[in-house]
Order: sequence, then structure tokens, then C-alpha cells
Amino acid sequence: MQKLIKNISLIWNKFKKTDDYFWEEIEEQLILGDVSIETAQEIINNVKKYSLAENISDLEVIKDFLKKQIIFILSDNASKSITFSNLPPNVWLIVGVNGVGKTSTIAKLANYFKKQGKSIILTAADTYRAAAYEQINHFAEVLNIPVVHHQQFSDPGAVVYDSIEKAAVKQIDLILIDTAGRMHTSYNLMEELKKIKRVIFKKLNREPDEILMILDSTTGQNARIQVSSFHESLNLSGIILTKTDGTSKGGMILTIKNEFKIPIKFITDGEGLDDIEAFNPEKFTRMLFE
Amino acid sequence: MFEFLTSKFGELFYKLRNKGKLSPGDLDAALREIKLALLEADVNFKVVKEFLENTRQKALGQNILESLSPSQQVIKIVNEEIINILGSGSSEVSFSGRPPTIFMLAGLQGTGKTTAAVKLANFIRNKYQRKVSVIAADIYRPAAAVQLANLANQCSIDFYTEDNLNPVEISVRGVEHFRKNSSDAVVIDTAGRLHIDTEMMEELKNLKKEVMPHQLYLVLDSMTGQEAVNIAIRFNSSIEFDGIILSKLDSDTRGGAALSINHVVKKPIKFISTGEKVDEFEFFHPERIASRILGMGDVLTLIEKAEKIIDQKKAKEIEQKIMKNQLNFIDFIDQLKSIKKMGSIEKIFSMLPIKNRNKLFTNVNLGDAQFDKIEAIINSMTEQEKLKPHIIDGSRKKRIAAGSGTTAGDVNRLLKQFEMTKQMLKKFSKYGEKGFPLPF
Repeated sequence: MQKLIKNISLIWNKFKKTDDYFWEEIEEQLILGDVSIETAQEIINNVKKYSLAENISDLEVIKDFLKKQIIFILSDNASKSITFSNLPPNVWLIVGVNGVGKTSTIAKLANYFKKQGKSIILTAADTYRAAAYEQINHFAEVLNIPVVHHQQFSDPGAVVYDSIEKAAVKQIDLILIDTAGRMHTSYNLMEELKKIKRVIFKKLNREPDEILMILDSTTGQNARIQVSSFHESLNLSGIILTKTDGTSKGGMILTIKNEFKIPIKFITDGEGLDDIEAFNPEKFTRMLFE
Repeated sequence: MFEFLTSKFGELFYKLRNKGKLSPGDLDAALREIKLALLEADVNFKVVKEFLENTRQKALGQNILESLSPSQQVIKIVNEEIINILGSGSSEVSFSGRPPTIFMLAGLQGTGKTTAAVKLANFIRNKYQRKVSVIAADIYRPAAAVQLANLANQCSIDFYTEDNLNPVEISVRGVEHFRKNSSDAVVIDTAGRLHIDTEMMEELKNLKKEVMPHQLYLVLDSMTGQEAVNIAIRFNSSIEFDGIILSKLDSDTRGGAALSINHVVKKPIKFISTGEKVDEFEFFHPERIASRILGMGDVLTLIEKAEKIIDQKKAKEIEQKIMKNQLNFIDFIDQLKSIKKMGSIEKIFSMLPIKNRNKLFTNVNLGDAQFDKIEAIINSMTEQEKLKPHIIDGSRKKRIAAGSGTTAGDVNRLLKQFEMTKQMLKKFSKYGEKGFPLPF
């Protein structure tokens, strides 16, 4: 993760605040960080309006307001944070397109909650990709957590059903369901996810406690369409932003949050099992600037 | 895949087309819209700037404002610029005099290297009738080697890896192993790594030095944002690759990475990967994608695919029938089967120059399951009904529905769709000799 807005002071020195070039440069920086044009313009218009209305010419104040705008977009009220149902097992469905890091993130989540004393099982509902089970099983062995799995190409719904049943018997706190990566453009595969969701509802008598979409921070504007499609099919409860240790700024998360109001719950930033933390808008924004 | 760009440009050119003469203001407005379209398509900001500047210069240099059809001039210039940026593409693989020819893949995590390794091997084998094998040199990601082994096994490709060795040792031994088993080519899959991870980049550099691949490709996720350019620059400066494999083009990504990346690193995009199936992998053709971006569809690719599958004599017969409006369900199911061989309906449609494609798609769901349903319904018809669909009345519909495990509604829908398809095909066939109508 690198700064979203580089050299704001440099830009400031180059152009006066009243100069439109200053705002254009800021806009360019946001767009280079994968923020959509619309969101970038919205943010800038707000900051511009504010600074003109208050007749502010101090860069620090403008910078501060820009940060506040971004924090405001990224924040949620407390009710949207992670909560555990008092009717265990909690069932979390993890979804996303191919290659965003679903399985690794599940391992990190399992590690995270295991440390908090929760009992966990993993569900290998990616029955499609070659060696998907071997990958999740590797993590499960490292973490000493059971995995429920069936044969390759078997019905993912059946594995999910099975895992909820096993969890109930063993009084497990949390089930993390790993699903196959799928393009949001694939009608059949999106229907399969809806089916998994129905299986959970039938078995649990409530919706999955979390439906989390994994988003690769390297992704550009297509992230918007991805989220929109998954949200429409599944009604997502949150997003996990991965690979923030790269050089991409993850600016598309601003657009997504601004547009869909889906809370961002975790971010991951490395290959280690501990490289995950709860999303913190202030910290995230600070990272974008400093 | 480039639907979005396509529809944006479609709109823009529609506006321009309806103007006889362009004013300087029109040119500015057009360039502004092109800028927005490209940025929303993830084309790198700097490339966009250059693109606009070049287009403007060319437009002014050609006295566009006084020419007879200025809008067509702008379109021509934009088209040329896009092809220019996309680079020259490729359509051949060359083999080393001393086999095996070594292909090596590198890239970030999750871009689809392992899948691409098998697809590339499969592609080369099928296209050139050579023996191609794969080597798993990813020792970090859990089960990466197992994944490659399984995929390779599924399409009968030989596979090599060894435990407790480093990537260089695995690769060198693998190449030696396949030299002995007389492979013509090998594809080496490496671990995904961040371009800023100096240690891992060093490993890759060393791997290149020791293995000396004939071709080294960067696998790039086509959904990558503005950073695509920097990723390519970093990889190129440490391992200087020969080309790019653009993956996951079956998403609806706007494809801006393709537009900017080889412009910046001056390396061609060699292959594109367009689906989960092993054979969904092809050479990259810049002209085709440029024409697609401009709303002309990718008719060339479609025709090439169709030629491979469709029996020419039969095609002639069908054409005659379409012209005479005599198409029946027996032809229809034949056609469906050939279409199925060409890939998903969505993919085929995405290659056609159809306006409002996105709208069309939200209304129609055509997956394999739908195909199966249609097949079942048609199979439950009598020969008479297949030949003369108009005789299908209420009670016949009920019988067909019962026979195919569908509902009378499904049968109705199919009959309606069939009628519509007939009309549409008739319309298309009018353009038969001239090819598809261009949007401008």
C-alpha cells in the first residue's frame, strides 16, 4: 500500500489553491489510485466548496478536510462491525472472483479468531479448482483446525450442509466456507452461490451471519461491477480488501463504499497468517497520505 | 470484455456521425469524452494523456475541420491510435533448434499463472503438434504443484516437480528430464510475487539466468487498475520479459491494461486467456480488439472460430433456408450444437456489433443449462413438429413439456425465441456478401 496522494505540498507549492490546476492535480492523483472519476469529482467538489466558502488558504486545513472526507466515506456505524450470533455455529460465506486470495484470507481469519479462543471449522466448498482442497487443508493442518470436504466436482451445497451439521454436533463457534472463485459474469456460477446461501438458510433457519466478498486491491474499475453483481445476487454483509502490501492504492474501495455502502471489515497485507486486521478507516486514510 | 469501452465509443461516434462538420469545440468535447471513457476503462492516466495529445495533433494536422467528413476522420484517427498503442501483436511461436524450447511464466499472486501454464502448453501442443510438458517451480503457495499436476493430468500433459529443492534446481532438472523424454517445449510455472519484493524478484532474476528461457512471459490480470503499468515496468526492469499473457478476459473488464501496458514497456501482448476451460486461450490480435473497442465487434475472431467448427456445405444449406424463411427445429438444434462448440453464447454475442449489448444481456440468460433445456424440449418433439413448428398447439405443448421435464411456459418461450431468431437471422443474412454492417 502506498500513498494515495503524493506530494500534496508539492502540488500546493506549484499551484495556488484558487487555481483550478491544483484541484485537477488532486483529481489526477485520486484517479491514479483507482478512485473512479465520479467519486474523485465528488470528493473534490466537497473539499473545494468547503475551502471556498470558509475562504481557507491554509494547505494543512484543506488536507485535513480532504482526509475527513475520505474517512467519512469509509466509516460505518458500530452496528455494522463483526458480531457473533448467540446461536452458534456462526456461518460465514466467503466469495469473490478468481485469484483474489479467498483461501489465504480464510486461513488468516481462522488464525485471527482462533487466537480469540473461538472454535472453528473450515468448509472446502471450492470443489472445482484443481488442488483447492489441498491448499485449504495445508492451512488447516498448520492451524490444527478441521476441514470438511467432499470429492472434487461434487456439489458444494452438500459440503456446506455437511459442515453445518458437523459443527452443530461439535458445538463449533464459527464455520468459514471457502467457495470457488467465479467471474461475476457467469450466470450459472452465481446461481450456484445463491443455492449455497439457500442451503445455509434451510439448515440454520437464518441467513449466513456474514457474506464477505474478497476484493484484490490491485483491481481497477472492474471492482465496481464485481461488487455490484455479487451484492445483487447475495446481499453482501462486508468486504475484505486483500494484497494491500502491493503498490496499488486500493482507491477503488472509496468508490465502492461510496456507492454501495457495504462495510469494509478486514484488510490483509502480506503472506503471513497474521497479516490481517480489522479495517480501520482512520488508519487506512492515514496510510494513504503519509 | 471490452463492452464498456465499446458502448462508450459507440455513443460518442453516434453523436459525431450525425454531424456534417466538426467545430473546434466539437473536437474538444469528443476528446473529453474519449478521456473519460479511457480512464473509466483503467487505461493509465499518463497513457491517456499521450493518447489524447496524439489524437489532437493528428486531427489538427490533417485539417480535419475542413475535410468533408470530419467525424469519420476523428474515428479513423482514434482507431489508428488504439491499434498503435496496442502494439503489433503476434501469431507465431518459434521453437529452438535445440529442444526443449523453454517458456517461463511470472507475475503477481492470483493472476492465473498456473492455469495459464497448462493452457499455453495445451495451445502449443494442439497448434503445432509438438510434445509440450510443464514444470512446477512454485515452492511457496500450498498445493501449487498439485494444482498444476492435476490440470496437466486432465489434458494428458507431462508434469515435473520435486520436493525439497529450490526453484532453480527444480527447473534445471525438469528441463533436463524433458530433454531426455524428447519434449519439444516446456512451460515453467513460477510462484506469484510482488514486484516490490526485492528478495523474490532477485530469485526470479536468478532463475532466468540459470534456466535461460527462450520466452519469458508476464501473466497479467486484465482487471488490474492503474498500477498495471508500474507492475509491468518493475518486472521488466528486473527480468526483461518477452511478452504478456493477459488473463481473465472472460470478465467484463474494460481492458484498459491491454491498452496501456505494452505502450509503456514496449512488450507485446502475446496471448489472451478467456475462460476457465483449458482451450480458452488464443493469440492476441490488436486490430480485432481495437475494432471491438470502437463498436465494430470482433467479427474476425468469430468467423475464424466458426470456420473451424461449421461444415461449409451445411452452412450453405442453412443460409438458403434462412433466406427462404424455412428454418426448422432440426436445423436449430444442429446450429445450437455448433454454437456450443464455439463457446458460451455470451462470448459469441460479445463479438458481434450489436447495439445495447449490455441491455440485451440483462434480459437474456443463456448458459449451458439453458441450452440443455432447449435441447430437451426439441428432443421431445415429433419429427413433424420439428419440421413444422407452427403445428404445435396447446395440447402438443403440454405433451412436449411433460416429455422434456419443463413447463408449457418454457415451450412457449422457446417457440417465441425461435421465431425471433429466424427473423434476426434473416436480417443478418441480407448483409451476407458485404459482411456485417459497420456502425459508421
